[in-house]
Amino acid sequence: MVLPAAALLALFTHIPVIESVIHSFMSTDKPKRPSHFVGFDNYDALIADPIFWKALTNNLIYALGSVPLSIALALLMAMFVNDKLAGRGFLRAAYFTPTILPMIAVANIWIFFFTPDYGLLEQFLKPLGLGGSNLLGSNGTALACVTAVAVWKEAGFFMIFYLAALQQIPPDLKEAAAIEGTSRWTFFRRVTFPLLMPTTLFVLVNAMINAFRVVDHIFVMTGGGPNNATSVLLFRIYEVGFKYFDGGSASAMTVVLLLLLGLIALGQFFALDRKVHYQ
Amino acid sequence: MIRANTIFAAFELGAAWLLGAIWLLPLLFAVWTAFHAPAYMAHFSVTAPLTLENFATAWQAAPFARYFLNTTLLVIGILIAQFTLCTLAAFAFARLPFLGRNILFSLVLIQLMVAPDILLLENYRTIKWLGAMDTLPGIALPYLASAFGIFLLRQTFLTIPKELEDAARIEGCGPLGVMMRVYVPIARPVYVAYGLVSVSWHWNNFLWPLIITNSVETRPLTVGLAVFASSDQGIDWSVITAATLMTSAPLLIGFLLFQRQFVQSFVRAGIR
Repeated sequence: MVLPAAALLALFTHIPVIESVIHSFMSTDKPKRPSHFVGFDNYDALIADPIFWKALTNNLIYALGSVPLSIALALLMAMFVNDKLAGRGFLRAAYFTPTILPMIAVANIWIFFFTPDYGLLEQFLKPLGLGGSNLLGSNGTALACVTAVAVWKEAGFFMIFYLAALQQIPPDLKEAAAIEGTSRWTFFRRVTFPLLMPTTLFVLVNAMINAFRVVDHIFVMTGGGPNNATSVLLFRIYEVGFKYFDGGSASAMTVVLLLLLGLIALGQFFALDRKVHYQ
Repeated sequence: MIRANTIFAAFELGAAWLLGAIWLLPLLFAVWTAFHAPAYMAHFSVTAPLTLENFATAWQAAPFARYFLNTTLLVIGILIAQFTLCTLAAFAFARLPFLGRNILFSLVLIQLMVAPDILLLENYRTIKWLGAMDTLPGIALPYLASAFGIFLLRQTFLTIPKELEDAARIEGCGPLGVMMRVYVPIARPVYVAYGLVSVSWHWNNFLWPLIITNSVETRPLTVGLAVFASSDQGIDWSVITAATLMTSAPLLIGFLLFQRQFVQSFVRAGIR
């Protein structure tokens, strides 16, 4: 009964992982010179390639920007809609809606948002005397724009996990704290936040995986540009593998990406080991 | 004390609505653009006439009908295959003792970390080798055996009391009968949750179909939309925005109608 699923999993996950490693030590297949073993040549070329380093750094900045920001916003949103605010149903829908949109659609909407001259952001910035800049087309700001879009798309998704966890917290804790005269901040820091730790870990791991996997919007918004300012690992793998047909180099980058994901998995394992679970 | 609380509550309400407004703004802007003539793109006035012109133009400018068909077939096909494969595997992992069960299960879980998207280079080779390039099955294949689905269903099956299974066996059910008549019906809410997550995931998937498809007959909506938006034919932004909303509409409307199920499904699927 396991066989059909196991065979497919092996074919599309396990074997490709091994093949990636093998191919990263092989030269790229060419009509005149078939693929052969080249040792660490692909990795040496990668280390010497400034665009690879650019993509790797970009990806880390992208992760460092989007992960904490989307988690913090998700927690904030969850706290908002967990309290009995006016219009909380509407607010919850507003926060969550970006999650179900295709990333390609999101990208289209946001390009327009960032468009110079008549984009929506420009309408706000112009009166402040900050208009006239091409945020998506400038080296310094493009990566920040792409990160902002990822945060917009993902915060609402992570919110629902926090919301579910918040609803599990027994209300008598809050009553007890109120009797003791505990301030909101202390209560959050000493009670709520520690109780949410397992959720935070879960969300953190997912956010980090996404930071290396979710690159769809980059295709539409910037195409990795300007000057590779928004190129990230998976995008670069696509570019090198399917545009320049350099399979060896792309395989080596895939291995780097797999190692990064492995590190995340290892981190999760140790975090779990140190008993983040309080319940 | 009470005063401080009132001020805090007002502050919180304001902040929550401000964040909500910021979150909705890009979307509202898109809706405005799609339903108005290009002239009103950045001119907001109540009297601006509404129009469906942009949607009509977009619909005719690219084979969106075909894209809708492709995506629908793809999503349904994946869903049926995932339900079948994951149910079988999950049931075996939960209830049938066999050699190497735990090792095999941990191997399955690797896919939670390494999604097929990451391995696009090797998977492309495999699909080519199978001769499934530029076909809908070619897009679907890497996702059919979903570790996520197997894990989710296994955890659910494990919570079902064995007594129910024993009762069914006494009534004369074989293993398959037990699975279909006891386990699957009880796990129905989990199937709904998994189904919603799977449908929205594959409706929105882009990178892999982009690589595998190169014709109108197989291209799903996301790739079709990207091709449409990037063609340099000087298409109006209002038309592109209309196309964008059109491709997201089924999920968006589904979400607004069944909000509670959607949110609960995502939570149920995530917390395990």
